Amino acid sequence: MSEKDHGTELVRLQGAALGFETGRPLWQDLDLSVHPGEFVAVLGANGSGKTTLLRALLGLQPLSAGTIEVLGKSPKAARREVGYVPQQRRFDPLTPVRARDLVGYGYDGHEWGLPVLNRRQRRERIDAALAEVGATRFADAPASRLSGGQQQLLRIAQALVCDPRLLLCDEPLLSLDLNHQREVSAVVDRRRREHETGIVFVTHEINPVLPYVDRVLYLAGQRFTIGPVDEVMTSETLTRLYSSPVDVLRVRDQLVVVGVPDHPAHQSEPVEEP
Amino acid sequence: MSWDKIFNFTDYSELLPLVHNSLLAGLILGLVGGLISTFVVMRDLPFAVHGISELSFAGASGFLLLGLNVVAGSLLGSVLAALLIGLLGVRARDRNSWIGVLMPFGLGLGVLFLALYEGRAANKFGLLTGQIVAIDTPALSWLAVISAVVAVVMLLIWRPLSFASTDPEVAQARGIPMGPLALLFMLLLGLVVAMAVQVVGALLVLSIVVTPGAAAVRLASTTLGATVLSICFATVSMIGGILLALGSSVPISPYVTTISFAIYLLCRLIAMGKGRSRAV
Repeated sequence: MSEKDHGTELVRLQGAALGFETGRPLWQDLDLSVHPGEFVAVLGANGSGKTTLLRALLGLQPLSAGTIEVLGKSPKAARREVGYVPQQRRFDPLTPVRARDLVGYGYDGHEWGLPVLNRRQRRERIDAALAEVGATRFADAPASRLSGGQQQLLRIAQALVCDPRLLLCDEPLLSLDLNHQREVSAVVDRRRREHETGIVFVTHEINPVLPYVDRVLYLAGQRFTIGPVDEVMTSETLTRLYSSPVDVLRVRDQLVVVGVPDHPAHQSEPVEEP
Repeated sequence: MSWDKIFNFTDYSELLPLVHNSLLAGLILGLVGGLISTFVVMRDLPFAVHGISELSFAGASGFLLLGLNVVAGSLLGSVLAALLIGLLGVRARDRNSWIGVLMPFGLGLGVLFLALYEGRAANKFGLLTGQIVAIDTPALSWLAVISAVVAVVMLLIWRPLSFASTDPEVAQARGIPMGPLALLFMLLLGLVVAMAVQVVGALLVLSIVVTPGAAAVRLASTTLGATVLSICFATVSMIGGILLALGSSVPISPYVTTISFAIYLLCRLIAMGKGRSRAV
């Protein structure tokens, strides 16, 4: 993919470093490009700078060094064409917001001025986004009453309603059960196949997205490696990355990573919370 | 004690014209208080309302002592408090302790100013507990103009404010300037509180700026629905309170706060009865 010309790159990081002001960078010399329709998974332990990378791509966090371009512009200028899916977080039960209102925020929630006059077009777009993720049946339910999985489907509809060219997902599968993890991953995958949307998918659990991932960016203690799953998710690569013995086992169609320092078996079991 | 002091409707029709200004003020305050109230609740700012109103009281009593315009003093105190809370209390925990620090200071200043003031005693207590027919026509004009400004700005920032108040993480990612927006909202809140202090008094502002919104979110399932309900609740409390207070010799505040509280209880009961499903 790297021989494609720059014009088609959705994300272009060159010599990027992020270290806050402490002098101890999370990562440095990072070169990364994401192309239309490409699914890039970002893996790594907690505190390895996965979420910070997304914040940089959203223009919420300046780089310490290097350059960053999103859709050929500064991240801030590109925001309107970038979808963002956050971690699942429960809404307060008294939040007066329905599922479709949440998606509506994605459509025009950032716009100032009197509320829209073209209500019909707005409604059609919201309905289409809800249908795209299979959320039509709970479109009018209060957002706070939905399950974690339903909320994440809504989050994706919210990100897709503005027809983004790039979708940034920050641990969208966290605290979902296995079925919902698969459902959410499949929706994201279909989007990039049908609309050539580039996907940057931060996750600490690769298995639910394993069938879809084109490349993995693996961050570990100031170092990183980028490449296809088969190259990155191997005992040799991760052992080199962590400078400590790590075993990657393939059990049926799942990857199990054993021996990651400080985070025992953090790859091997999906996090499930009620 | 005679009930006549609390409820007395003899000569009601003659008294009504006397409170013409108060009714108008109550209506305006109900509209704008209800409008902002839903967002106060969604943004978890009830304590900030209390803090702002105490500094508003300090400003008003200071100006009273100096023989200046009380409404202007109230506005000054309010806006200053809103800015201080908005700038120095960004995170919720910081904010609450900062308000807790600021509030007694404001109240203490107010008490000092009133102790030094040698004018009519009713003026003193009016600022804390509300007044009966104290709204003169110039004060009413202030109220109307400021309320119109608040209402227009609220409409213009409606969508980003709703987004930021219910879904802050994504709102920030979408490029909504969260800090400036929060500060602007605090400023609007300061203006509303300053006006409410004139009518219901500093100690009871919460009944107009917090209770209606807290009641509305129990029943409503959309932000717009909650705001419409909240405006209705605040207006009913204000107008109802003034009309009931008319025949009595007590200030309007206890009537307003009681109606407001009763509406809140009713909303909780209805919500419980429906298994917390939403109606609007």
